[in-house]
Amino acid sequence: MAANILINGAIIGAIYALLALGFSLIFGVAKIMNLAHTAFYMLAAYFIFIFAYQLGLSTISSVALSIVTTTLIGVGTYKLFVERVREHETTVLMITIALALVFQECMLLAFGGHFRGAPSFISGYVELLGVRVSDQHLLTFGVVLACLLGIWVLLSKSKLGLTIRSVAQDREIANLVGINVGRICLITMAMAVALAAISGAMVAPIFVLEPHMWMHPLIMVLAVVVLGGLGSLKGSFAGAFILGYTETFVVFLVPMGSFIKGAVALAVMVAVLLIRPEGLFGVAFEEERL
Amino acid sequence: MRDYAWQLYKSFQGEILAIPGRAIAFFFLLFLFFVPLVTENPYILRILIFTNIYAIYAASWDFLSGFTGQMNFGHAVFFGVAAYAAALLNLNLGLPPWATIPIGALVAVLAGLIVGIPALRLRGPYLALVTLAFPIILTGIVFAFPDFTGGELGVSGIVPLSDSRVFVYYLSLVIMIASALILWKLTDVKSMFVRTGVILHAVREDEITARASGINTTKYKLLAFSISGFFAGVAGGLCAHFLRIAGPSNLTILFSFQPIIWTIFGGITTIYGPITGVYILFPLMEFLRIVPELRMLIFALIVVFVLLFMPEGLTTRFRDKIEVECPRCKLTNVATRQYCRACNAPLRLGQR
Repeated sequence: MAANILINGAIIGAIYALLALGFSLIFGVAKIMNLAHTAFYMLAAYFIFIFAYQLGLSTISSVALSIVTTTLIGVGTYKLFVERVREHETTVLMITIALALVFQECMLLAFGGHFRGAPSFISGYVELLGVRVSDQHLLTFGVVLACLLGIWVLLSKSKLGLTIRSVAQDREIANLVGINVGRICLITMAMAVALAAISGAMVAPIFVLEPHMWMHPLIMVLAVVVLGGLGSLKGSFAGAFILGYTETFVVFLVPMGSFIKGAVALAVMVAVLLIRPEGLFGVAFEEERL
Repeated sequence: MRDYAWQLYKSFQGEILAIPGRAIAFFFLLFLFFVPLVTENPYILRILIFTNIYAIYAASWDFLSGFTGQMNFGHAVFFGVAAYAAALLNLNLGLPPWATIPIGALVAVLAGLIVGIPALRLRGPYLALVTLAFPIILTGIVFAFPDFTGGELGVSGIVPLSDSRVFVYYLSLVIMIASALILWKLTDVKSMFVRTGVILHAVREDEITARASGINTTKYKLLAFSISGFFAGVAGGLCAHFLRIAGPSNLTILFSFQPIIWTIFGGITTIYGPITGVYILFPLMEFLRIVPELRMLIFALIVVFVLLFMPEGLTTRFRDKIEVECPRCKLTNVATRQYCRACNAPLRLGQR
């Protein structure tokens, strides 16, 4: 039981962390609260289903294709819909949630509301702490961790990362020193969608696929981002594991746990915010910093 | 007596007929009063009753989020808590609807205060995301006590508002108009006796400056939460008694987003905007039942494209086309006029 909780919590936490990372990246850089973020995760998972199961492509090519297609769709929607209304914050929220609904309905039309599963990328299992863990779960966990590490290196060490961070810190000054802010926003959007697509592609074999599968992760991602402090990558990481483990605990230990796992995790978030309104790793005077 | 009637007519002419937006609203509401005379089709009346109820709900969201700037993404918590309270009171204590709906609304005020307390410390996106959590937490509570709340099935078997659908229609219409007028008057910036409008605008625009000018922003934020909660609660209680069921479908995320979609579609910070939005989008949604699979898709696409081309909302765009404010006396005029109807000042630059 304890080992089960430990391992499942780690996997769920890692997926939330990857999703939250992309969400807080695009929020920090372009000030866009992209509620369609997890819709891209859903799209990528469905693309895996199409490419790997229906078209029978190999694992590597279907993963690559699904990530590329999802990223193109994400960048396209950003260019067509989001960028033009970026100044109106609430309008951005509504447009992105409406886009998420559009994607959901397209998937409903194409595949119906049935629960579906994609084939595993690799088979076999290993014994960890006396618990059977399938290689697929380990692969998912490993890829997610590698992505987290990669994005951290990119942001902290590369020149592109420096540019992105400076746009996040102060848009106008970044513009003044010659950074093409519009292009950086586009690149960040592409990165964020790609991160969502990677997590979607990696969970496709282990989660159930259905057109509403973006709702619950969206709520959890919002909670993770707020819990950790908006724009703080370290915070998103910590928040993701806190909420991932909370959910797993509730599912395993409380009767009817899967019905109320979201509620308990969100209650934890509200409780933390009552003590620290700016989140675990957030900055108290956000307005002054940005 | 005749003098008084004349006075009334003159003020009606000056305050309603002379301002195109108000004239349209007045004649539209008048038209709504005549609908049951034209058709007693229960299906049409049912849609209109829902439209009235949701209009209250959307307007209450606009009061809180549009005027006070407290972005509330969990407005369904007020609606749901009132619906459950009304349903449980009716079922367990046998209270009639005229008692359960106000009590339900008061419970929603309480919920507003509970949600409002974290809101005092959080702002902007944090607040939006925290409020999103409350309906989900409440859903968790509902699922955790299925004996009391009916779990997934909800509380059913409540007394209906009335056996006559036409009566329910008029009731919902009157309550909607009364709520809209109260909310609109409370947020009227030009009003001489109610200052809340100006103060709420000030709290939204710059809270620190508002506090420095001697406004107790804490008090006004909590006031906004409780007033908004009250009206959303009225809508929730009406809905529970009309549908005769209160279930977790009143607490879903989508139901929290509905008033936001309606409001932004119609025009935020106006009160009449969300009502217009509901009157356009909700019947449209019902009409789209002719193509059930495409319904949500068409709805979402309409929202996307309207927001893309009118990010400020429908009524705001329309109002600026048909009305013009006098630059000297701030009176609203028809856009076709060249000179102000009261002070005769030229309404546009470059006119003599």
